[in-house]
Amino acid sequence: MRAEARIGFILLLTPLVLWLGLLIVIPHIDMLMISLRERISFGVYEPSLMQYDKALTEPLYLRTFWRTAVMSVLATAITLLIAFPVSYYIAKMARGRLQQVLFMLCLIPFYVSELVRTFGWMILLRETGLISNLLQWAGLADQPVEMLYNDAAMMVGLVYTSMLFMVVPLVTTLESLDDSVVEAGYDLGGNGLSVLREIIIPHAMPGIVSGCIVVFMLSLGNYLTPTMLGGKDSLWFTEMIYNQFIVRSNWELGAAFGFMLLVLSSVIVWGMLRLTGRTLQETMG
Amino acid sequence: MTPDLECVDLVKRFGDTTAVNDVSFSVPPGSFFSILGPSGCGKTTIMRMIAGFLEPTSGDIRIKGGTVLDTPPNKRPVNMVFQHLALFPMMTIADNIGYGLRRQCMAKAQIARKVDEALDRIGLPGIGARKVDELSGGQKQRVAIARCMVLEPDVLLLDEPLGALDLKLREHMKIELKALQAAFDTTFVYITHDQSEALVMSDQIAVMNAGRFEQVGTGQDLYYRPDTPFVAGFIGEANRWTGRIDRVEGATLEMRTDTGLAMRATAAQPLSKGDAAEIFVRPEAVHLAANAEALAQFENRMRGRVTSLLFNGAASRVLVQDDAGETLEVTLPQTGEFASLKRGDRVHIGWGAAQAMCFAGAA
Amino acid sequence: MKKTLLTTTCLAVFGLSQAATADTLRLLTWGGYAPDEVVEMFEEQTGHTVEVTKSNNEEMIAKLRATGGGGFDLAQPSQDRIMGPQMEFGIYKPMDMSKIDESLFIPSMLEATKGNTTVNGEVYGVPHVWGTSGLVLNTAEAGDVVKDYTDLCDPALEGKVSYRLKRPTLIGFAFAMGEDPFAAYDDEAKYKEIMEKVEAKLTECKSNVKAYWSGGDELMNLLRSGEVTASMAWDTGGWKLNEDNSDITFVAPASGALGWIDTFVLPAKGQADDVAYEWINFVMQPEVSAKITAAAGNFTASAGADEYAEDALKAKYQDSFPPEAVDNIKWYPPVPAGLEAIEGEVLDRVQAAN
Repeated sequence: MRAEARIGFILLLTPLVLWLGLLIVIPHIDMLMISLRERISFGVYEPSLMQYDKALTEPLYLRTFWRTAVMSVLATAITLLIAFPVSYYIAKMARGRLQQVLFMLCLIPFYVSELVRTFGWMILLRETGLISNLLQWAGLADQPVEMLYNDAAMMVGLVYTSMLFMVVPLVTTLESLDDSVVEAGYDLGGNGLSVLREIIIPHAMPGIVSGCIVVFMLSLGNYLTPTMLGGKDSLWFTEMIYNQFIVRSNWELGAAFGFMLLVLSSVIVWGMLRLTGRTLQETMG
Repeated sequence: MTPDLECVDLVKRFGDTTAVNDVSFSVPPGSFFSILGPSGCGKTTIMRMIAGFLEPTSGDIRIKGGTVLDTPPNKRPVNMVFQHLALFPMMTIADNIGYGLRRQCMAKAQIARKVDEALDRIGLPGIGARKVDELSGGQKQRVAIARCMVLEPDVLLLDEPLGALDLKLREHMKIELKALQAAFDTTFVYITHDQSEALVMSDQIAVMNAGRFEQVGTGQDLYYRPDTPFVAGFIGEANRWTGRIDRVEGATLEMRTDTGLAMRATAAQPLSKGDAAEIFVRPEAVHLAANAEALAQFENRMRGRVTSLLFNGAASRVLVQDDAGETLEVTLPQTGEFASLKRGDRVHIGWGAAQAMCFAGAA
Repeated sequence: MKKTLLTTTCLAVFGLSQAATADTLRLLTWGGYAPDEVVEMFEEQTGHTVEVTKSNNEEMIAKLRATGGGGFDLAQPSQDRIMGPQMEFGIYKPMDMSKIDESLFIPSMLEATKGNTTVNGEVYGVPHVWGTSGLVLNTAEAGDVVKDYTDLCDPALEGKVSYRLKRPTLIGFAFAMGEDPFAAYDDEAKYKEIMEKVEAKLTECKSNVKAYWSGGDELMNLLRSGEVTASMAWDTGGWKLNEDNSDITFVAPASGALGWIDTFVLPAKGQADDVAYEWINFVMQPEVSAKITAAAGNFTASAGADEYAEDALKAKYQDSFPPEAVDNIKWYPPVPAGLEAIEGEVLDRVQAAN
């Protein structure tokens, strides 16, 4: 019996270990090795910290790095601000069918690929697009308005893409909030603001934190949205990684960028958890 | 004296259904008032209207003489202990109790002092730093009350707060709640579907059914002098017969049951010959005897056979089938006389007309 | 039990690899270079199967590099992208010229490509499709202003310009600014200097740019909708748009269009070399080449395919390329390693500039 249980355990564990090992750990070790070398001549490489030195001293790379981080944090914050009332409405105020319909509405955009979704935004925002034409028709603009290819368009795309991943954890945690706890908050003299601050937000904290982590990671690692909507000034770190790997064939620098991104996201997630006084275990469990 | 709480012609409709239908009552200061009724009778709706979470369709709610209809829940001098207590799980016990005080912008030191006082009063000193889920059911109960009482409300509403506790603790908490009410000297309005909770704790009980108050009175009133068949059936147990009035002699009357028995009872409301009627007799009013002579003083007597013994200590009952084939519930006296009673034994039973209450029956 | 499982697995793996070696050609190519019609003809004639993966120069090299030259049996990078990557990563294998029917090729183009793709005395590539990149303009709106790449920076065109942030743009601007970047290929310092000039120009020009296009369809949309009136792009793109809007067409810039040749190469770990040779000899037949020209819009290195090409396309070609413009085409020489790093940094900085 014991032996069988052991075999069962090993059988269950094997796919996980293989998954982690083959698809996550080994490629990362390989990437780390690549990032720690320098090309000397054709096919000749030497261990070196030059890639990191370059990444950390070239103002362009640093700027892009910080810009990506700040924009991702901003996208996360905006997503949270929009998603919270939406989630609260879905979880606490909408009932029965309406609740399901609203939830589906959040889900439907994800039935199509990210590319199509982003293209949808391009059709709306471009100079010859729907909104521009609408504004002209309404007499609010006397010439075509270009709304694409700027940071605002990019932010819209990022928030839109991330919405669901914020709404789902928020709805789940808010649904578990007993209505009578909110009522008790009012009954004991609280107003809307203090009930929100002292009761609803603390209760929703696990959902907020896990939603923020997911959205932050998605924004940080997004490639399509910034390149397509951001246009000529997009400057996203993933784009730089792509460029180094694919366009420039400079895997060494690309790998170093990749590791910087990994460290950045780890640090920010850690900071977020520290700030909210939560552990990763609580948030994910 | 101005009543602490007064409801006047209170009506609440949800669409086509009338949840609360023209209810009026007043609660004098410092009393323990219960609203007792089966689930769905509208008692929670009344409570939520008093707390301010629902707006009455018509009627008025007055607290200490002044209407509160335009006062939002967070400004009403009324606090509520919720059915599942609704303690804030994200806060410590001290923060829970201090929540309302913080809303009043009281100084921190003063809040801390008041919280400590409240904890002392509920007999749980020094647990302020604990988390809600570290407390037992009874402790949570007391914290929930303390959380309201620090605000010194005019009226404390309690919505079946004992429902979630186990039996033993519930029995204990009944006594404790009554003691807390006396200690705080505040008006309690308590709603429950458990008659024993209402009877034990309350000064006044309102029995509610289908959106209306059937009767308001003390426990004794409701038990001994029910106004309506519903109250008679709802408070305590009762054996019930339906039939028609044969004869009326002042307050005493005789009814012929549908099975053909003649039965004497006291009219709880005016009835005349030929009226359809119902008689209620409590199991504890029925006397058990081995022979007919011992029951000579009772107006109603019959013979029967024991079909079942329901042993439950002091509350033991005997099921007796009479000659007409109906089964009666009779309290088993714990005097030792009937210790050897067993199934199939023939017994005599009897009860006084004064203990049999007669109401107009459904025609 | 275990044994059976092992055998089955082995068989399955063997079977799969068998299928791959026997008669499947995994072709890594550009869109339009292997039209369905041609693939079907080939499959019918030979019984082989062709799996087509569409890509571009950078991705082709990145893919082959990631697998050490595996995963595909035949690839089609541009001729200037063969020598460098081969020396650097060894992702190709030499061609066995005896298996190729050289008579199918335009001799001058075959010789030039062979010369440009020779590493250590071995030939790695043969030519397939060639074309140029230059200016695609809405002649009605920008025809008078834009005669060369640098004219794209004319203030009259503010917000109406699009080009790629890739090396052809750098090279084109360098020529238009009177430099000869190809001559500086072997002189890194000189090349860097040229690129710095180009960088300054492109940075200054940035406000004129609506968007840096990255895919052909994206540019087509921009031009078709009129959001962009002047761009730097491939000749075929201009000719295609010309069918919808006669104002838009390809114009060879004054400093010369940039000529490219896409080739056939064998990836180092290709498993179906014989099928690959069969494919090359098949598609280089004049009739088949004409079909590819019709699909891709570009002419091939197939000798005699001109006869089969559509007259309309020939006419457009002649419009865009008067005889002196043909002579002025600048053919890309092989890119020496290291230059792309310089270009990369320039492109990054241009992208980041405000």
